[in-house]
Amino acid sequence: VVDSPGGPKVLGMNFQPPVTEIAQQIYDLHNLMLIICLVIFLAVFGVMFYSILKHRKSLGHKSASFHESTGVEIAWTVIPFLIVIGMALPATKTVVAMKDTSNADITIKVTGMQWKWGYDYLNGDGAGISFLSNLATPHEQIVDSTKVKDDNYLIEVDNPMVVPVNKKIRIITTANDVIHSWTIQAFGVKQDAIPGFVRDTWFKAEKVGVYRGQCVELCGKDHAFMPIVVNVLSDADYKTWVDGKKKEMAAQADDPNKTWTIDELKQRGEKVYTANCAACHQATGKGVPGAFPPLDGDPVVNGPRAAQINVVLNGKIDGALQMPAWKAVLSDTEIAAVITYTRNNWSNKAQENIVQPAEVLAARK
Amino acid sequence: MSSTTAVDHAHDHSHDDHAHEHPHGWRRWLFATNHKDIGTLYLWFSFTMLMSGGVLALLIRTELFQPGLQFFKPEFFNQLTTMHGLIMVFGAIMPAFVGFANWMIPLQIGASDMAFARMNNFSFWLMPPAALLLLTSFLVPGGATAAGWTLYAPLSTQMGPGMDMAIFAIHIMGASSIMGSINIITTILNMRAPGMTLMKMPMFCWTWLITAYLLIAVMPVLAGAITMTLTDRHFGTSFFNAAGGGDPVMYQHIFWFFGHPEVYIMILPAFGIVSQIIPAFARKQLFGYASMVYATASIAILSFIVWAHHMFTTGMPVTAQLFFMYATMLIAVPTGVKIFNWIATMWRGSMTFETPMLFAIGFIFVFTMGGFTGLILAVTPIDIQMQDTYYVVAHFHYVLVAGSLFALFAGYYYWGPKWTGFMYNETRGKIHFWNSLIWFNVTFFPMHFLGLAGMPRRYADYPAQFTDFNMLASIGAFGFGLTQVYFLFFVIIPSIKGGKKAADKPWDGAEGLEWTVPSPAPFHTFETPPVFK
Amino acid sequence: MSSQQGSAPYYFVPGPSRWPVLGGLALLATMAGAAAWVNSVLWGPELCVIGILSFLTVLYKWFGDSIRESEGGLYSARIDTSYRWSMSWFIFSEVMFFGAFFGALFYARSISMPWLGDLDNKVLWPDFAAHWGNAGPAGTIEPFSTMGPFPIPTINTFLLLTSGVTLTISHHALRAGHRMKTAAWLFATILLGATFMGFQAAEYMEAYTDFNLKLTSGIYGSTFFLLTGFHGFHVTIGAIMLSVVLYRVLKGHFTPDHHFAFEGAAWYWHFVDVVWLGLYVVVYWL
Ligand code: HEA
Ligand code: HEA
Ligand code: CUA
Ligand SMILES: [Cu+2]
Repeated sequence: VVDSPGGPKVLGMNFQPPVTEIAQQIYDLHNLMLIICLVIFLAVFGVMFYSILKHRKSLGHKSASFHESTGVEIAWTVIPFLIVIGMALPATKTVVAMKDTSNADITIKVTGMQWKWGYDYLNGDGAGISFLSNLATPHEQIVDSTKVKDDNYLIEVDNPMVVPVNKKIRIITTANDVIHSWTIQAFGVKQDAIPGFVRDTWFKAEKVGVYRGQCVELCGKDHAFMPIVVNVLSDADYKTWVDGKKKEMAAQADDPNKTWTIDELKQRGEKVYTANCAACHQATGKGVPGAFPPLDGDPVVNGPRAAQINVVLNGKIDGALQMPAWKAVLSDTEIAAVITYTRNNWSNKAQENIVQPAEVLAARK
Repeated sequence: MSSTTAVDHAHDHSHDDHAHEHPHGWRRWLFATNHKDIGTLYLWFSFTMLMSGGVLALLIRTELFQPGLQFFKPEFFNQLTTMHGLIMVFGAIMPAFVGFANWMIPLQIGASDMAFARMNNFSFWLMPPAALLLLTSFLVPGGATAAGWTLYAPLSTQMGPGMDMAIFAIHIMGASSIMGSINIITTILNMRAPGMTLMKMPMFCWTWLITAYLLIAVMPVLAGAITMTLTDRHFGTSFFNAAGGGDPVMYQHIFWFFGHPEVYIMILPAFGIVSQIIPAFARKQLFGYASMVYATASIAILSFIVWAHHMFTTGMPVTAQLFFMYATMLIAVPTGVKIFNWIATMWRGSMTFETPMLFAIGFIFVFTMGGFTGLILAVTPIDIQMQDTYYVVAHFHYVLVAGSLFALFAGYYYWGPKWTGFMYNETRGKIHFWNSLIWFNVTFFPMHFLGLAGMPRRYADYPAQFTDFNMLASIGAFGFGLTQVYFLFFVIIPSIKGGKKAADKPWDGAEGLEWTVPSPAPFHTFETPPVFK
Repeated sequence: MSSQQGSAPYYFVPGPSRWPVLGGLALLATMAGAAAWVNSVLWGPELCVIGILSFLTVLYKWFGDSIRESEGGLYSARIDTSYRWSMSWFIFSEVMFFGAFFGALFYARSISMPWLGDLDNKVLWPDFAAHWGNAGPAGTIEPFSTMGPFPIPTINTFLLLTSGVTLTISHHALRAGHRMKTAAWLFATILLGATFMGFQAAEYMEAYTDFNLKLTSGIYGSTFFLLTGFHGFHVTIGAIMLSVVLYRVLKGHFTPDHHFAFEGAAWYWHFVDVVWLGLYVVVYWL
């Protein structure tokens, strides 16, 4: 394993190298705190160990009888108080700066989901771009200890977030299901993504490169498997990326009124299933007893399709079991495809075995 | 504190002093109303829980020895982490201190027993049912709750029946804590021996008095928080659900209003124990008794206005972030006063270093490191960088394991002879101390580096760059665990079965009423109050 | 019984008792049953009810023991003081319990609700207008009307305030040694409490049928029902305590200067009263 540039180092013992003004300030603050604390620590325990060495009975030391002194008490109340104030002042400046999300060049909405991230470019260059970002590390590497692990094991994704260098990026976080938290250490940014609320933060990366982070709020079973990767590009490269991405999106945007064949849908559906559903319902469709219900043999999957469309679109809460709503995450085609896939896969042979995107579109209203 | 005398009052009571015989067999423990027996029950219970929580910790460390998922599914790993936290906090550390309170407070203030002896036993006998609910929740469909010991909504809303069992277990433990605290407060306020004014009371009683107030103030708030979780889960309320106008972050505010005072609940009695031990082995009166009392009270009061330092990354308004940063940092001041007073007590004393003193010094040294990392975390921008990483895990194990747990060990060695009537084996005590100290640091010091380098907590698997320090921590954890097994089999059990008879006052520098009664302390003590001068 | 006071031990410590451990078992059954119940396990309700009934039996026996000890002259003045301290701090813990729910109401109303409606959140909830008493931003909650102070809550306020007065009259009567007068005013207090509960039930009925205001009515319904519900529960407990006290008054357990059970129950009743005043203002008026 080697160091991951923009991610953790092997045997790393300190923060990753900062690439924003704020991260630099945090880095310096931490050094300052560390030094002050170390000095106090050495002073205080210097005294204690001196006393332990010298004032021991085995050396024949007799105990003194003093046991209080108001002056001393005041001194060691006031001096630490002043030290603490001294520590808080420089930190205050940074706190205020971190909170100033005004005048951003680009605004990106980041949505935490069990267990992936969604990115929507809202304002600025690239507005309109939107994609999901999933863990790219192959499953075998995780569960099979004989497989060699990549250098970026668990900190690589299929679609990284991309931003231009030296531009102020405002990040808006929110979540679909539970609380997640979005962080890139090199930027000095960490912001919880809270379902139903938006919160914001910002950064201005000063160096081109790839930067890595991981979800940092316990969000269920795959908490450790939803990394964050940000690709910082030069202005020109960013433009190219935006153009490319827009073309790609246009090509992918399916006409919801197109009629698909069942095989096309099943093929597409398998991809959607693996990326979104298998985490809970499992690739086998058997689910996890007590936690996630099976789809294989499930009456809804094998029954009338309208019911299943409704569940997938709007989610379902059944006691502790929660099916998330997918209407904001997946397109009509994707939903139609994945439903068709589940209706014909494993041992399922539903009567109504095909769902077209148009039906999903209709059900959305 | 000046010298003490137990005056033997003439037996002029008309009632029968031995109305209740010394009970025997299982009834003695099940139906106990004796503070010493109940204290013993508490101590054994908490030690059992320490073992169970420790086994869970070792399972965590086993999985984290290497990257990749070797042993457990991630959902089970999360259960391990959650239950480890819950069991250690509510099952091991808190009841252990209550056990000490039961044994020592009546002896220290010259009371015949706790104020409400039957309720005292009720407080204890609520703990095993709660533990049973928690532990058996592993066996129900979906397993134990895996939402972290903080049980954050709305993840806690997603959990299976194990979550409800945890909620009800915490309700029971909360009721137990509240009754226990009422008992302790009443005992201390109402049953001190004549002549023992509050400002002459041993420090351990002071710290427990203040702790009991904290408990009464915050346990009901926790009960409220988890009750809302319960109704959100099953009865369709929307406290923590934005769709209905609620707010997940509201849970965190309520939880941490409990949670932060809670961590001081776990450390103030530890301060009390250390404040008894240091003077005893320095053969010198505690320096700055009054300022120790004021510092303890200040810590307790400040603890109510710092809770949101656990929430800096939730996105609070900047004024709130600044307020909670300043308030949190202020706690360093009274805590510092305590450290300085201990060192001033040692200064120019005539010290010996038996095991209790070693653990007390170890406590001061390592706890302060944990305090400093706490202070570093209190600085909002730094916390934003380190929140939910292993740096936090390192911080709180420094204050909880090397803090609370070491103080408990110190207290065991100090008062154990009074409980069992036998001295522990000094060499073995020292082996226990040095192994604990070293393995503790091997386990938890590397976690600072992991956190700084960015390893998130509550992770079943991690990027391969973090491997080396994780391996080290796992090795340390097994070393620390074996040391505690050694403690049980080679220190505790032998010193219950026999050994050198303990003198009434085995430590020549020790002071206090507890040393005026025989070792082991007889079943009934101070039935007529001693006069305290 | 004051005649026996002189012979009371310095501090009475009861001998071994089976009630605490049985109480623990009863609560285990209650809680395990409740956990099963909320998860629709078949035997859940039965176990829970068995647990509650056993717990009540334990309490009955336990308090019986205490009363017997008290009547047997074993309780010195010092024990009386212990009871005073413990009751005060128990009530304080109850204050903190209600504090959690009042805090939730305050936070939801003054902090998260405006937040949900502010500019940033327009990204998520474009059409949401934040005002207290709405059905939440998702539109998944049926519309409902909110509960005003008239007429029931105001009547209830009068009932509870009056009950505070009748209880005080009863206490004065006890101190003056008029047993039947004590009992009569105490009975009036309990009656007022019961009437309060009756009105409360009527109000809930009205909420569910006429206002469509339910436990599931978003954060408004959640805070409304949990606050008033826990208060009602405490009124019930207080009324039970007063009933036991009434029984003991009639049995002649209390003397003009030795009757802490009466006072403790009265403190509790006044506490419940004060909580209501808080509720009346923040839940119904504001
Ligand atoms: C016994 C338990 C205990 C104790 C005593 C403390 C003590 C302190 N803690 Fe800790 N803390 C926890 C248990 C404890 N903590 C736990 C369990 C968590 C994690 C919970 C979770 O998320 O699961 C946590 C988390 C935690 C966080 C949140 C981290 C995060 O999640 O991002 C913060 C942030 O401010 C913090 C701060 C502090 C501070 C400032 C103190 C102070 O009280 C420390 C004061 C002591 C000193 C400073 C040292 C001695 C002083 C001197 C020698 C004087 C001179 C010094 C100076 C002038 C600098 N703690
Ligand atoms: C309150 C006290 C307390 C104590 C004493 C401990 C003790 C220990 N803790 Fe604990 N820990 C917490 C409180 C505590 N912890 C909390 C609150 C959390 C947060 C939970 C959360 O995130 O929700 C946490 C989280 C936590 C984590 C992070 C998990 C994660 O984020 O996923 C880790 C990881 O290493 C850890 C390790 C340990 C270890 C190795 C010990 C050791 O000190 C334990 C030593 C004891 C024993 C080992 C038992 C004795 C041995 C036996 C019974 C025999 C078997 C032994 C052998 C064969 C060797 N703890
Ligand atoms: Cu998403 Cu952790
Ligand atoms: Cu805290």
